Amino acid sequence: MDFELSDDQMALQEGVRNFCEGRVPMQVIRVLADGGALDRDLWRELADMGVFSLRLPEADGGVGLGWADAVLVFEELGRALVPGPLVWTHLAAGLVPGAASGETVVGGIERDDPSRLVEHLGSLDVVLIVDAEGVWQVDAGALASREIAHPLDPLTPVRELTEPLPQGDRLAGPDTAAQLREQGAALVAGLLLGVAEAATDLAVTYARERVQFDKPIGAFQAVKHLLADMFTRVEVARGAVYAAGVTLDDPAVGSVERAVAAAKLTAAEAAIGNGKSCIQVHGGMGYTWEVDAHLYFKRAYALEPAFGGIDACADTMADLLAST
Amino acid sequence: MDLRYTEAEQQFRKELREWLAEALPTLPPKPAPDDWPARRAYDTGWQRMLHDAGYAGINWPKEYGGRGATLTEQLIYLEETTLAGAPYIGVNFVGLLHCGPTIMAEGTDEQKREHLPRILRGEEVWCQGFSEPGAGSDLASLSCRAVRDGDEYVITGQKIWTSFAQVADYCELLVRTDPGSKHRGITWLICPMDTPGIEIREIRTIVGSSEFSEVFFDGARVPVANRVGEENDGWRVAMVTFSFERGTGFISDLVETNRMISELAALARKVTRRSATAWDDVAIRREIGHLQAEMDALWAMTKRNLAQAERHGIPGPASSVVKVYYSELFQRLTDLAMRVLDRASLSRDDLGGLPSGVFVEERLRSTSFTIAAGTSQIQRNIIAERILGLPKG
Ligand SMILES: Cc1cc2nc3c(=O)[nH]c(=O)nc-3n(C[C@H](O)[C@H](O)[C@H](O)COP(=O)(O)OP(=O)(O)OC[C@H]3O[C@@H](n4cnc5c(N)ncnc54)[C@H](O)[C@@H]3O)c2cc1C
Repeated sequence: MDFELSDDQMALQEGVRNFCEGRVPMQVIRVLADGGALDRDLWRELADMGVFSLRLPEADGGVGLGWADAVLVFEELGRALVPGPLVWTHLAAGLVPGAASGETVVGGIERDDPSRLVEHLGSLDVVLIVDAEGVWQVDAGALASREIAHPLDPLTPVRELTEPLPQGDRLAGPDTAAQLREQGAALVAGLLLGVAEAATDLAVTYARERVQFDKPIGAFQAVKHLLADMFTRVEVARGAVYAAGVTLDDPAVGSVERAVAAAKLTAAEAAIGNGKSCIQVHGGMGYTWEVDAHLYFKRAYALEPAFGGIDACADTMADLLAST
Repeated sequence: MDLRYTEAEQQFRKELREWLAEALPTLPPKPAPDDWPARRAYDTGWQRMLHDAGYAGINWPKEYGGRGATLTEQLIYLEETTLAGAPYIGVNFVGLLHCGPTIMAEGTDEQKREHLPRILRGEEVWCQGFSEPGAGSDLASLSCRAVRDGDEYVITGQKIWTSFAQVADYCELLVRTDPGSKHRGITWLICPMDTPGIEIREIRTIVGSSEFSEVFFDGARVPVANRVGEENDGWRVAMVTFSFERGTGFISDLVETNRMISELAALARKVTRRSATAWDDVAIRREIGHLQAEMDALWAMTKRNLAQAERHGIPGPASSVVKVYYSELFQRLTDLAMRVLDRASLSRDDLGGLPSGVFVEERLRSTSFTIAAGTSQIQRNIIAERILGLPKG
């Protein structure tokens, strides 16, 4: 057993991080937040870097890597708050032509999702529908919808479907549908882990700089302990998220369902908890639009329900416990 | 990243499991919690069995008679022994996890020859004399005084919370040798507990047990040859001790926590409410699932720590993270158990054929988890200052 990143994995992580820092630093993310529509150039650059084709075999133009690598990449994308239907498009690579290369932007929804909200719908080419029978594809343009004027996360625009979903063209059967749910949850957990880390970094930096009572506020224990808990949540979630990636690659090491549920639950709690604490540590500044803390906080909440929220994960764990 | 166990690791697990299946049924019945001589006999008897089978000092290097197991094998060892219900390390804790490793790293050849084999064979029991009434979290402020007189130290003062003092042969004792300086005025001594001038008074815990004691020193004489490290260099030696404690010291607690979550799930399915079981209550079931998810994550993190330790020789920064997280998780677990038990929690004895008493007992006992071995507040200070680099308050 050796649960440490390989040199290749560290290089991959660093490569994506450098790309994000150079191409989508916070100023750029801020501009995207005001623009609303997806930046197609950025999307193709992400594709060129292999974000969507990462796991496709090299023979099919992919990079030939596995889930353990994918969660690392998504952690970095989450850390940088890169917007867009990253998870669905990644899942669609290999199923929907053009998804892997960034030509086709793919989103998705569960057929019985009572919210009827689709993230980024206005920018999508294709929508995947997942149900008990399988995975279905429809043209995004064919869906009647209305814009939600005030989305929770300014970087996650949503539209509400106004008509029942069409059946769509069948892409795959129920097994693939079930796999997509687990894989999607693992990737979202990666994003959430990154969000949780970025919120921690921002708060720690501020706590070192901001002076009150003639001391950096990070010298006050009440603040220190908030930060220590942020770090703790990140490290615990990291273990689970990486384990979920490894287990998806190699199901012989444990239950995929269980590993993914643990990852998604702890990463979601880390992201939400750290988003909150990041605002708290910033005081009044944290409550402003100008400081980035709210962007982490909102992204955390926007991602939490995707592919099964905290309660659904806990229920899955309980069911697994009952069956052993 | 690879979570598969190697052939050798699987083989180790298999042999250990087979041995446990044979060895455990030959154990005598468990002694009563407050019968300390019997507890000592039981725990050291088990240690002797481990020794004879080649499983003593699983983490000790071979040159000192240990098994020299890899960290992964240690993890397997702790998993298997806990799952099989093998005796806990018990009174051997301080010797095997603190003093032995400290003597290995810092002791003289003479000290090594004298103590290490005996600790491994279960012939020597140790206790830890660090904390004092005036020095807990701020351990370096300790004042138990040792004055040099020829080739002896004369010790006067008091220790407190000394676990296993009643049955220990030796104490790892931190004493003040230079009142003029704080950290640089402490010395680490091997103190035989039968030295004249030592008096032990048991303290009753909230569980009603007598886990720890006050230890009084009134002119007790300890040979200078019993010093580990230099005079006034004891703080550094103690830090060596802590690094062992904090390395793999909590893993068996994690395995135990994991087991308790399964037990709670099993209990909830048996506890009946008006018309259904506690498990049919979604709120309770979900919370148990929630705890299990966090536990799995913590376990995954522990494996990553081990991988880092194995690769770089030092455990990841996470031992304080593990300590804070597992101790608070365990308390939430026992809180939940109290809700599952409802009015049955009024009894610390098992009721209705269910293993209910242990959960009530553990609810009481686990209050100490966030205090002993560095309180949660101190652990958070460590994370904030040593890992996140925040200024001292
Ligand atoms: C079951 C058990 C077994 C033990 N066994 C041993 C043993 O064998 N040998 C031994 O030497 N010791 C032992 N101890 C002692 C243990 O190490 C101390 O209890 C612990 O270090 C705390 O010290 P204290 O009790 O003096 O509490 P204090 O240090 O007085 O702390 C009281 C409260 O103040 C808080 N506090 C203190 N300083 C700070 C700070 N800087 N910032 C924020 N909060 C702070 C603490 O977190 C705590 O909540 C044992 C304790 C227990 C409970």
